[in-house]
Amino acid sequence: MSKAILVDTTRCIGCGACATACKVVNNLPLGDPSAAHDLPAKPLSDDDLVAFAQSHGEVGGELSADMLNVVQTHGSVFVRRFCMHCQQPTCASVCPVGALKKTAAGPVAYDASKCMGCRYCMMACPFSIPRYEWKALFPKVKKCTMCAPRQAKGQQPACTLVCPVQAGIYGERDDLLKEAEKRIHDEPTKYFHRVYGKEEVGGTSVLYLSAVPFEQLGLPVNLPDEPMPLLTYRVLSEIPTLVPLAGLLLGGIWWITNRREEVAKAENKTE
Amino acid sequence: MSFSKLPKITFWRAVLMLILAAGLYSTVLRFTKGLGAATNLSDQFPWGLWIGFDVLCGVGLAAGGFTLAAIVYIFHIERFHPILRPSILTAFLGYALVAVALLYDLGKPYNIWHPLVMWNPHSVMFEVAWCVMLYLTVLALEFSPAVFERFHMRTPLRIIKAATIPLVITGVILSTLHQSSLGSLFLIVPEKLHPYWYSPLLPLFFFISAVAVGMAMVIFESNLSSRAFDREIEMPLLEVLGRAMAVVLAFYGLLRLEDLWSRGALVHLMEPSMETVLFVLEITLGLLIPLPMLLFRRIREDRESLFGVAVLVITGFLLNRLNVSVTGLVASSGVHYFPRWTEVAVTLSIVGVGFLLFSLGVRYLNVMEPVRAARVPEGNRTRATA
Repeated sequence: MSKAILVDTTRCIGCGACATACKVVNNLPLGDPSAAHDLPAKPLSDDDLVAFAQSHGEVGGELSADMLNVVQTHGSVFVRRFCMHCQQPTCASVCPVGALKKTAAGPVAYDASKCMGCRYCMMACPFSIPRYEWKALFPKVKKCTMCAPRQAKGQQPACTLVCPVQAGIYGERDDLLKEAEKRIHDEPTKYFHRVYGKEEVGGTSVLYLSAVPFEQLGLPVNLPDEPMPLLTYRVLSEIPTLVPLAGLLLGGIWWITNRREEVAKAENKTE
Repeated sequence: MSFSKLPKITFWRAVLMLILAAGLYSTVLRFTKGLGAATNLSDQFPWGLWIGFDVLCGVGLAAGGFTLAAIVYIFHIERFHPILRPSILTAFLGYALVAVALLYDLGKPYNIWHPLVMWNPHSVMFEVAWCVMLYLTVLALEFSPAVFERFHMRTPLRIIKAATIPLVITGVILSTLHQSSLGSLFLIVPEKLHPYWYSPLLPLFFFISAVAVGMAMVIFESNLSSRAFDREIEMPLLEVLGRAMAVVLAFYGLLRLEDLWSRGALVHLMEPSMETVLFVLEITLGLLIPLPMLLFRRIREDRESLFGVAVLVITGFLLNRLNVSVTGLVASSGVHYFPRWTEVAVTLSIVGVGFLLFSLGVRYLNVMEPVRAARVPEGNRTRATA
């Protein structure tokens, strides 16, 4: 049982409230710095957050260390991009120190105190999501946390909370999958017949519905259905067998060549 | 040392000083203003020259150490003993400098020790980190006799010599593991790396090409050292090495061709792209020219020609590593990456420091065996000197 987010791009009106709410809860600079004056004093109640985000929506831009959830326009369709929170995350599998982890609750969590900054997660992420604080002297990796701290307190993520049209909804992944498939079934002419994230790279905790094929939303469609970590694990899992074998082989070769030399020496002496 | 050689040395010293000055500036920039100020790296292109050249090429070029150690100790081909120590020293310095380069590239270099205590055995990077740390230790131990001899420390010398064979075997296994794992690093980006270079066989390719370039590096270094230190060159040895390199290169070439063919990647040759140019360049310089050359005994026995072949193989190798780690990833990233001059300055400085340390090592430690010793027939030589 783990939580997920379903984004129905056919419902999104491009108000950008989710992008603003994300910045507020993650303490990131707002697109319009003067808007910060309207921000109620912290701690913010959910009602305050909804009111503020809906009246200060931000649309556009690219993901960055300051923008972990962006609303992008593809033709006439709005689609927001943020961490997909994969079921078997590539980033977590490649991280040498285990700074990234899939939590049972759903979010892929990042522990900055472990991170040494190799940026392999950024290289490896099939959705190219993680961002880096390039301007900082000791940078951290930045990406959506699915509001893990809010979830821990029993609240839903800020982005789904503030959405005025329920284009993004939060719930159990299994329930959301059923809901997504029900929507496609109920209105087959409205939807492209596939739930993005159901199968991709072994499934993700962020699911997308769309009226058009997903490549038109800028989502990568060349991904395998099997989890990416298998690509390297297949090789890595051979190592425990290979090491003793190689040791035996090399030791054996040494023994033979050494023996041969000793015999040659002994024969020289007797001659 | 003849007097006429002095200006040349001064010129190279001046170049080195310039490089080191630029490197110093870049170092200060990197460690006061961060990666963003010192590099052209971006969210779309998080790995650049420092990973592509300093780490990937650096580790590969240091492969002479384990290749020769295996030849001399495991296969007991004693003739190669005279060039073993310089190769071990090069490998040790190479790996030590890779570690230094990592300190530049890591966002939080003070956490570089984290893989020691924070484990993720599913990560190729974790495996590489451990192998490199262990192998650096092995190399230090393999080279330590030169230091012990210098300071007449008999007991440690005896201990380390008793442990030679297990050490060498450990070193060969560790090298095999991480040379191939550097290729495995890129198994995780099937949809990002250009089909010329993405292959499920990447680990195998990285390992085989490391063995080939290890031999090329031994030929290359023997030439340079003989020139710099006025030593006679061990041509008969290098000729044999050239022959072995031909076998390894041929095997590598066939395997790559078969792989490219079976994946249908060769159709991209019809596209006039940057990738095609780089791919053709890599294959031509690293395989198509040097391999046929090596088939001629006359070329293998000629010092200048063999040196030329080694340079070609090394160039092809460098192109391959840079293609896999940098240029082959440009198209899918959607941005253009070209290293900032400060990145280049750090890389050149690290190479320069490598040369400097090597010549210091040769000057103050017994790295090069006296040339005459190399000519003593095999049976009379003691095997113990590492």
